[in-house]
Amino acid sequence: MIKTDVLIIGAGPTGLFCAHQLGIIGLTCEIVDNLDKAGGQCIELYPDKPIYDIPAIPECTGEELTNNLLKQIKPFNVNFHLNQRVEELKKVENRWHVKTNNNKEFNVASIVIAGGVGSFEPRKFPVKECEKFEGNSVLYSVKDKTIFKDKIISIFGGGDSALDWAIELSNNSKVNLIHRRDGFSGMEASVQKVKELNDKGKINLYTKYQLESVAGEDKINSIKIKHDEGEVKEIKSDYVLGFFGLIMQLGPILDWGLNIDKKKVAVNTENFETNINGIFAIGDICSYPGKLKLILSGFHEGALAARGCFKYAKPDEKLRFEFTTTSKAAQERLGIKID
Amino acid sequence: MPKITYNTYDNQTHTIDVQNGLTVMEGAIQNDIPGIDADCGGGMSCATCHVYINDEWLDKLPEKEDGEEDMLDMAFEPKKNSRLSCQLIVSDKLDGLVVNIPSKQV
Repeated sequence: MIKTDVLIIGAGPTGLFCAHQLGIIGLTCEIVDNLDKAGGQCIELYPDKPIYDIPAIPECTGEELTNNLLKQIKPFNVNFHLNQRVEELKKVENRWHVKTNNNKEFNVASIVIAGGVGSFEPRKFPVKECEKFEGNSVLYSVKDKTIFKDKIISIFGGGDSALDWAIELSNNSKVNLIHRRDGFSGMEASVQKVKELNDKGKINLYTKYQLESVAGEDKINSIKIKHDEGEVKEIKSDYVLGFFGLIMQLGPILDWGLNIDKKKVAVNTENFETNINGIFAIGDICSYPGKLKLILSGFHEGALAARGCFKYAKPDEKLRFEFTTTSKAAQERLGIKID
Repeated sequence: MPKITYNTYDNQTHTIDVQNGLTVMEGAIQNDIPGIDADCGGGMSCATCHVYINDEWLDKLPEKEDGEEDMLDMAFEPKKNSRLSCQLIVSDKLDGLVVNIPSKQV
């Protein structure tokens, strides 16, 4: 079990800056995130899109913002626990025991939920029977591509993931690529490549079709796809891959007894604590009168929540307000050499 | 004020006065119409304000930008008459618009 002052849930910009604020006031923290890297929505939804409303930074991309925040918290050696989400929460005396779906356990004085709009999960097929085959022949990501060798793969989607995998898997498998319209959102070069492979007979491209049904015993052996105009085609398939992007789901946090309305956690605006003592919520996931879903608001919320965490981590100490320009303690924590 | 009609999946009809300049999504959120989530808050980056447009209105709406069509690829059960309600700005021209909310958004 990892013992630290604070557990931050979510490694988006708000969570990262909160880690900085905790570090400045001398508290330790660990960060959990369901994605495979830090950055949250910034890195997952718009890594290359410029952001224009970060104070004092006229323009930066989601990726640059994330990298700068990571650089800013470097002195605090914060540990990241990626690819996992928090599952269980238990109050043990005055502390919280938290467990992730990867069986990592934390013993903390307080928790800061900086979960955005929830953890990212793949969007699934609307066809109900797909659930039965999920993980065995209906997949939403590729972990081991060797299982597809010499098999028939039906890939759904029109973005880069669908196109890239269609191209890649067409080397050793029979690939059907099915998309709901003629246009693709993936890179133009990949679209051209797919069309070329379709002309050569290496990929069968079906546009304006969507999945209608799947059939098979233990594993899928065929699927039906339906055209916009109503025509239904049956095609043989050993595997069905869906690439419809990610959705955000609140997950187990919903069962923690927090005051949640419309997927948002209610907080006070003094220190962004929730209805449960010692659990704070900041960034897009929190709600209060006047809430703005801006990154800059998340920074403010993180700064105050960090101070709110202090009394739980160090109940016998008093927190004094200090500036980083003049505070020796803060500068030491930042690793700045003072002559 | 233009009237917008929201039909929910369980056959409830809500006809609401929505101010000019708001989006059809905002009209729904402000009036607690169930079934429109709008997770990203209107930024065309989540596809959880997806609606189906009645046929007679389909051609009267402003054309989709590329980004909207790309996002609709990610929607739950997109159809030919799918739109993101955050991209439909209410004006007198849209008075009487009818939108149908899908069975779910995610």
